Amino acid sequence: MITLNVNGRSRDVDDAPNTPLLYVLRGTLELNGAKFGCGLGQCGACTVVIDGKPVFSCLTPISILQGRKITTLEGLGSEDAPSPLQRAFIEEQAAQCGYCIPGMIMRAHALLTANQSPTDAEIREHMNANLCRCGTHMRILAAINRAAGGMHAAGARAPAKAEEEE
Amino acid sequence: MAFSLLLIVVLGATALFFATHLSIPEDRSQRVFAPDLVRRGGELAALGYCASCHTAENGKPFAGGRPLATPFGTLFGTNITPDPKTGIGLYSQAAFARTMRDGIDRAGRDLYPVFPYNHFARLTDEDLSALYAFLMTRAAVPAQNPANHLTFPYNVRPLLAGWKLLYLDKKPVPRDQTRSAEWNRGRYLVEALSHCGACHTPRDRLGAEIASQHFDSGEAEDWWAPPLNHKFPSPVSWSEESLFNYLRSWDVGHGGAVGPMAPVVAALATVPEQDVRAIAAYVGATLAKPGESEKRVDEKQPQAAEAHPQGAELYAGICATCHETGGHVPFTVTSLGQHTSIYAPDPRNVIHVVLEGVRPPEGTVGAVMPAFADTLSDAQIADIAAYLRARFSRGGEWQNIEAEIARLRRSTSP
Amino acid sequence: MNAPLFNPSRRDVLAGALVVSFSLRAIPSLAQEQENVSKPPLPGSLKKAPMLDAWIRIDADGSVTVFTGKCEIGQGVKTALIQVAAEELELDPHAIHLVTADTARAANEGFTSGSNSMKDSASAIRNAAAQVREILIGIAAERLGVAADRLRAQSGAIIGPDNRRAAYGDLVAGNVLHVTAQPTSKLKAPDTLKIIGQSLPRIDIPGKVTGGVSYVHDLRLSGMVHARVVRPPSYDARLQSIDTSDAEKMPGVIKVVRDGSFLGILAEREFQAVTAMHALAAAAKWDIATKLPDETNISSIIESLPAEDHVIADKHAESASATRTLQAVYRRPYQMHGSIGPSCAVASFDGDALTVWSHAQGMFPLRQAIAEMLRLPEEKVRCIHMEGAGCYGHNGADDAAADAALLARALPGRPVRVQWMREQEHQWEPYGPAMVSRARASLDAGGNIVDWWYEVRSNTHSTRPPGAGQLIAARHLETPFTPGPPRPGDQPEGAGDRNAVPLYVLPNVRVVHHLVPDMPLRVSALRGLGAYHNIFAIESFMDELAAAAGADAIEFRLRHLKDKRARAVITAAAERFGWSSWQAAKGKGRGFAFARYKNLAAFCAVAVEVNIEHESGHVRLGRAIAAVDSGQAVNPNGIANQIQGGIVQSASWTLYESVHFEPRRILSQDWSTYPILRFGTMPESVDVYVIDAPGEPFLGTGEAAQGPTAAAIANAVANATGVRIRDLPLNSARVKAAIGV
Repeated sequence: MITLNVNGRSRDVDDAPNTPLLYVLRGTLELNGAKFGCGLGQCGACTVVIDGKPVFSCLTPISILQGRKITTLEGLGSEDAPSPLQRAFIEEQAAQCGYCIPGMIMRAHALLTANQSPTDAEIREHMNANLCRCGTHMRILAAINRAAGGMHAAGARAPAKAEEEE
Repeated sequence: MAFSLLLIVVLGATALFFATHLSIPEDRSQRVFAPDLVRRGGELAALGYCASCHTAENGKPFAGGRPLATPFGTLFGTNITPDPKTGIGLYSQAAFARTMRDGIDRAGRDLYPVFPYNHFARLTDEDLSALYAFLMTRAAVPAQNPANHLTFPYNVRPLLAGWKLLYLDKKPVPRDQTRSAEWNRGRYLVEALSHCGACHTPRDRLGAEIASQHFDSGEAEDWWAPPLNHKFPSPVSWSEESLFNYLRSWDVGHGGAVGPMAPVVAALATVPEQDVRAIAAYVGATLAKPGESEKRVDEKQPQAAEAHPQGAELYAGICATCHETGGHVPFTVTSLGQHTSIYAPDPRNVIHVVLEGVRPPEGTVGAVMPAFADTLSDAQIADIAAYLRARFSRGGEWQNIEAEIARLRRSTSP
Repeated sequence: MNAPLFNPSRRDVLAGALVVSFSLRAIPSLAQEQENVSKPPLPGSLKKAPMLDAWIRIDADGSVTVFTGKCEIGQGVKTALIQVAAEELELDPHAIHLVTADTARAANEGFTSGSNSMKDSASAIRNAAAQVREILIGIAAERLGVAADRLRAQSGAIIGPDNRRAAYGDLVAGNVLHVTAQPTSKLKAPDTLKIIGQSLPRIDIPGKVTGGVSYVHDLRLSGMVHARVVRPPSYDARLQSIDTSDAEKMPGVIKVVRDGSFLGILAEREFQAVTAMHALAAAAKWDIATKLPDETNISSIIESLPAEDHVIADKHAESASATRTLQAVYRRPYQMHGSIGPSCAVASFDGDALTVWSHAQGMFPLRQAIAEMLRLPEEKVRCIHMEGAGCYGHNGADDAAADAALLARALPGRPVRVQWMREQEHQWEPYGPAMVSRARASLDAGGNIVDWWYEVRSNTHSTRPPGAGQLIAARHLETPFTPGPPRPGDQPEGAGDRNAVPLYVLPNVRVVHHLVPDMPLRVSALRGLGAYHNIFAIESFMDELAAAAGADAIEFRLRHLKDKRARAVITAAAERFGWSSWQAAKGKGRGFAFARYKNLAAFCAVAVEVNIEHESGHVRLGRAIAAVDSGQAVNPNGIANQIQGGIVQSASWTLYESVHFEPRRILSQDWSTYPILRFGTMPESVDVYVIDAPGEPFLGTGEAAQGPTAAAIANAVANATGVRIRDLPLNSARVKAAIGV
């Protein structure tokens, strides 16, 4: 049994220790955010945030995650109470098929946590690890800019993490 | 009497110094070059991968600004675009030749040998003309060269004249009649232009390549550059063919170039095939082992896993996803034991790759490996490195791996 | 899952009786019209499903459900259809529940493809909703004793003078909506629209950005098991032998399924299935038969293969004499869909009937193919659409569904979830076909085009179901199914010849489509079909002709166009780009292109600016501006989203993409071997101007930008470098070779 800290809560999981976090999130914990895109660390659809940094959950076995803080899309906010970043994506209508978007949001969340006023060039470079096939990039950039601007204007710190829902 | 002799020597040396360090007048003539000469110059510039030191990250081509760390301090690759104020736009062909062969710029200043003029000194006149034609037809970029960060006495340029007296050999690359034309061509390209020895030959305390230890291994930007001769430490041997493949893109036996070698391979992909074959013939002559079939990787799996259980587990849970598929993931080799860096005297190369990942030039087919700096701690990376070392190498354990990781994290973080 | 709303066969039985009992009161003319043999056609997909309650259901509690045979594939169609229904039914859009493609519940609208959803489904739903509203008004008039013309619909009720009111739920006793639609409807006037024309935020996005169950990948059913398939190393490889005993013993493994060369593994947990799949793959021995052609020579190969010739335009008229003739050849490689989420499906077999959840683009054709493959009657197979990642035409979704169906049949009583691996999606999806076209045209002394000759050579652009032989798994069974003959696709929509006939007014035109039946690589519909390549070729050629005529690229096009709406999008894009005041600079270029998708859907003009990196040949995208006319704009922001996305997607195809292969296998198996545009190389900006055409029919938009973008980029590169490149992609190596040192 391995204990994981997911979105602020302790979760005991009985998956094999070498199971990549992605399958534990989606299977055992029934969280939909992180997605399978390639399993090779090339596309970022599986991106989650671990101790504030963006990480490919498809290549991270749960055995190394004891004592580390895992944040998934669900930890940022819910449909009834989305976080400022999630709200920015909704306001910019930054999605077509939407499959890549959770990974995008998590990577952006890590950036905005470390740097509240990134330049456009910094955002593009930071997001380079994540792929989008529908061509939603410009709206994703607009959403991240919007969220950064909103946070900056409000003098906000990193968005508060919502409690994970059962 | 002795004093007079000394005076004559000193005065003579001073006179000689000034004679060779005169400022060459500005050349503002309208230059016209034959297209074929420019084209050949472009190929030669790629063979010498000038752009990789003379272009800053995300900077304009050849406009300088790239920091090069040396034991003597950090220097910056200069602006070699034809900009008249900040580049080499006012250089006549003679001034260019003096820069390349003598390491003295147009104004008469000595240049630091991080610019490998000890190699370029041996270029033929034709090749220098072609390089000149190529550089003078690039887009001129106004970009001031940043000041070098050198401490005393290294910031005293004239002392370099003494260095050159000791080390600068301007003899043309000799022909060896017992060898093929291709080998000789390769020798010329390697010694006069591609300057492989600048990274792959050890340097002495004055920063000069040690001639008697030619190709015995060296350094580049805090990466280890392996030996290109019989001292090559990996049991996976080379052939001329595999070396050619590696230099062009990727070799199934050894994998592909990463770190500071990657831009070299990217440049060599653009030059005529026969030039790369020539280089492979020359370097292959010392590196390849004809008559010996390619050795298999020496697996010591169970002992390595016992000695480094954490490393083995981390490897199985993370790295194996791509690196234990029998080479089915593109640009992975069948076993990591095929990678030369596992057999290096120090773990720097392995640490670099794990921390930074591998990214191909944009839009091109090439290896994509994620960076693990954020996923793994120093201790975890050290465990993996120790495990891999134990699993494949007979060269003994690496020392201070964790400290090296911490140091490289600091020096490579943006 | 709920029981089916109605059984299709019952529906047919009731039809006659209901029409008789209600038509005389509610719709007096309907009875007469039923007898009328030659009726005017019903709008959109009402032709296929003419009963109003196939589209709209109102329950006694007033809840409203709208049914569509189309599916959400990321283009925002769910929201647009809800808007259309809400408008005519005078409801808050959020009060409407939309059911998408489901063979048990919704009409058979074929595929969601060809940008036809608005034309087919939205038209049907809008008209059905309007007619339902009028029926309810009619019933309310009876009940309230008020003349119908003094009643109106509002917020889910019919209201009249003196606060008289009847809620929708109270008006719908029995099967009052089970009537045949009429050819015309009392649609709301353009100036009264409150919902159509609004950029209503998409109803699916909030769930997607907060982790809701949105995709078939998220479906979790009780007792569900996880499966992986082991695919052969190449198309025709046969499984020689396999020792499955090791894999069977691995943790969590329930069963290995083998049928001929079809090989799958079922496990309790997903990673257990992945691990066992690798073990199974390592144990398999294959006879490798496939010999793929030489990638470097593919267009010559395509030009040498036998072809069926279809003349699709042949027009001759008097014209001035030709003074100059130009000709050119344009080439496009195989390109892939590259869905970001590899295909997935869930299937459940109870021993008698099979249910399949899939993100394929056509549930009815899929049902037929799966039923045929399993030798089940079609009524025993139900296909329900759940979203996947963008599928862009025909990706692995149908095949993943077939895999799931086969594996579910091997484990009755437990739902089976199949997830494809990245390599499987890359190597087994059907690609957009490689194409070659040749163009020849002449100009008169005044610089006008007097004759135009164009021929395009291509495989079929659809190998979708129906037909079990279209499914990969079915071809690998012990008793395999074989694919049917390739289909050309009919004009005016076309397939390989889509947009092969230019919209320009030209006196002499001859266009020939050579359909090449032989398919060395698996191919099918990729967004835009032949339009991407044909518009790239035609609009590149137009620029070449403009240059020969010494004319400006925009003015030259306008010279040959009469269509007002076409001229309007061209002018709008040019103005917004600042075409006439643009300053040239070294290495900088601008390019323009226009097309009307399929010559009958949305009008789209694109202008782009590029910078060429001389030393590397990289094409850097600057500003991109587009103007689009989609008819009555239901959701303007939705239209803009599709055009922006189409421009970026097409930029990736045009600058980077070609499938790589060698004789024994497909080499493009992941993102390292098939790179696509990333954030680091995005354009500076992409701006879209939506021209609303109130009252005009809805025009399909989802594929309108790809072709014009390709040509605009090619034209910009030619403008920047002085060199015309006619082979896609315009990657850095090709551009550098063209511009030299």
